[in-house]
Amino acid sequence: MHVATFTRSTPDTAARVWVDANGNVTWGDVATVVNPWDEYSLEETIVQAKAGGGESTVIAIGSDLHNDALKHSMAMGVANALRVEEPTADMNDSLVWSALAAGAIRKIGAVDLVIFGKESVDLATDQHTYQLARRLGWTMLSYVSAILEADYPAGTIKVEKMLEQGKQVVSARLPAVISVMKGINEPRYPNFLGIRKAAKATIPVWTAADLGIELPRAATAILGFANPPERDQSSEIINAGDLEANTRALVDRLFEEKVL
Amino acid sequence: MSVFVWIESFAGRAVTSSWEALGAARIIAEAQATDVTALVFGENASAIAAEAGQFGAANAIVCQDEYLREYRLESYAALLSELVATHGPSTVVAVANNRGRELLASAAVDCDSGLIAEAIELRFEDGRIIGKRPAYAGKVLMEMRANTATTFVTIRARAFPAAAPADSAAPALEMVNAIEAAEAVATEIDSFATEAGRVSLSDAAIIVSGGRGMANNPKAAPDGLRGDDAAIWKARDGYENTLRPLADVLGAAIGASRAAVDAGYISYDHQVGQTGKVVNPDLYIACGISGAIQHQAGMRGSKVIVAINKDPEAPIFKLARYGIVGDLYDIVPALTAALRQRLAD
Ligand SMILES: Cc1cc2nc3c(=O)[nH]c(=O)nc-3n(C[C@H](O)[C@H](O)[C@H](O)COP(=O)(O)OP(=O)(O)OC[C@H]3O[C@@H](n4cnc5c(N)ncnc54)[C@H](O)[C@@H]3O)c2cc1C
Ligand SMILES: Nc1ncnc2c1ncn2[C@@H]1O[C@H](COP(=O)(O)O)[C@@H](O)[C@H]1O
Repeated sequence: MHVATFTRSTPDTAARVWVDANGNVTWGDVATVVNPWDEYSLEETIVQAKAGGGESTVIAIGSDLHNDALKHSMAMGVANALRVEEPTADMNDSLVWSALAAGAIRKIGAVDLVIFGKESVDLATDQHTYQLARRLGWTMLSYVSAILEADYPAGTIKVEKMLEQGKQVVSARLPAVISVMKGINEPRYPNFLGIRKAAKATIPVWTAADLGIELPRAATAILGFANPPERDQSSEIINAGDLEANTRALVDRLFEEKVL
Repeated sequence: MSVFVWIESFAGRAVTSSWEALGAARIIAEAQATDVTALVFGENASAIAAEAGQFGAANAIVCQDEYLREYRLESYAALLSELVATHGPSTVVAVANNRGRELLASAAVDCDSGLIAEAIELRFEDGRIIGKRPAYAGKVLMEMRANTATTFVTIRARAFPAAAPADSAAPALEMVNAIEAAEAVATEIDSFATEAGRVSLSDAAIIVSGGRGMANNPKAAPDGLRGDDAAIWKARDGYENTLRPLADVLGAAIGASRAAVDAGYISYDHQVGQTGKVVNPDLYIACGISGAIQHQAGMRGSKVIVAINKDPEAPIFKLARYGIVGDLYDIVPALTAALRQRLAD
């Protein structure tokens, strides 16, 4: 039994991120963190692998920028880590990305469950998740808020998942790809032993050739990045007198703005 | 080379944000001098297709099979991919919500096509779509395009105006059958629970949001509740009896900060921000929220922001168009009363 998960390093959510004079995205020398949504998928990976008495592996696709996220994952308790890097590939394209990801899962072999976080806080498409599932031809269950049952020998899973309209309970066959929401668990903090073990680990790097796959052509191109237009910064603190006068003045303004 | 738009339905009715996808599809069709084809699958599909016609879809492809009655990713994606292969649309558009995202991303793999996710703006070069989308929680914008014959596009909810009614003839209907691959459908829906009558955060035109300040409710907690339990009781009472009446007067949805969610004051589906929902309503009223950068990431796209906070130094006042400094437990009820009176006039 084997549970795999994907993660990436993202700039700290409090960091200022901007486009520099050369048109590149930068966040200065602020440190990266493990993608915050992945804390839940990493925790769930550890929990499920333990419950099923199996292995766990965390994978990052891309440059060694992502080693920090992999080390953090190992320090939390994921048993194995690996990175896929293909110098000739356009890593920004999700079809290329998912071909590499599917290749990695197939090479590991006998994976029962792949767990993703809801999305990455930097690119926030969550399309990586669905496109991997589609490439593998596996069941896809998105926005899982609880794993109610998982029977790995029988190859079945029952989850609660979120929709805009409410919650659904769904039964499905394994192998499956799932994405998990905040609230599914309480992510643990890495402990001293975990941090020491992760620091000593060497992370294998696989290329497309190692995976034995042919890369698809990139289907998209990023044309450029720009800083968003400045928000209209004019702010007015309403101070029209007493409580009633203030709230009446606010209501007047909102009618003038035509938002009511 | 029509423009496909997926009209999502739920319990036999079109999901209202689908009309925004149709609005975007019409913009694309105009730029490419072609027309719009609505794709409607499932319960009541013919009637929904007729409705799409009233909003300007020239054609509709309809599948009423029992097999597609319930939305399931595998069976919906199989049919969508087949239709793209047989019809060769220039574009496939849907709203970037839970289902639209997974459906288009999956079909894009089947069709080897590029996907522009969460577009907030579209422009055209020689008829080709260039999509603008936020990245890094809206701190930067990026432009991208697909270089495949068909471009898949998901649009952010409330970023495009809903299609206006068009005085067009009834759409040309094409009835199709589901692609039955029983073994491919590995999921069974066991049950469904919904919060009826609540306005959904992502579609809401107005959001009233409460933060950690909700715990400073002057009402006394019941005897025996202490510490965190008392704070939870007070905050929950505040959401129900102070914020909810304001939301009801405005027809608004209720939002929250992560601090409020983490403290157990309100459930996670209300969280706005970087690790919650990204919203862009016309009006966002932040009550007892300091305005941390991760909260701003979820709501800075709102048209008008109002802040109610007792700390004049709170960062939210820098972002807000209007602010009132004071205790939300005084201001919110007064605001509710002033609105009730004004709306009754
Ligand atoms: C990785 C990461 C992701 C995050 N994601 C999110 C996210 O998605 N959404 C989010 O919101 N946060 C997020 N945060 C947390 C964020 O940094 C803040 O901690 C959080 O937004 C603070 O919530 P708050 O404003 O309710 O609480 P506080 O910062 O404690 O502010 C409470 C405010 O209420 C005011 N107040 C108190 N009592 C009253 C009263 N009676 N009347 C009026 N005003 C009153 C106070 O003056 C204060 O300004 C994230 C943090 C991290 C590290
Ligand atoms: N380069 C990457 N390597 C590993 N995992 C990734 C990478 N990019 C995105 N993911 C994961 O895919 C999920 C969805 O990301 P996204 O599609 O970018 O919103 C998140 O849980 C991410 O951690």
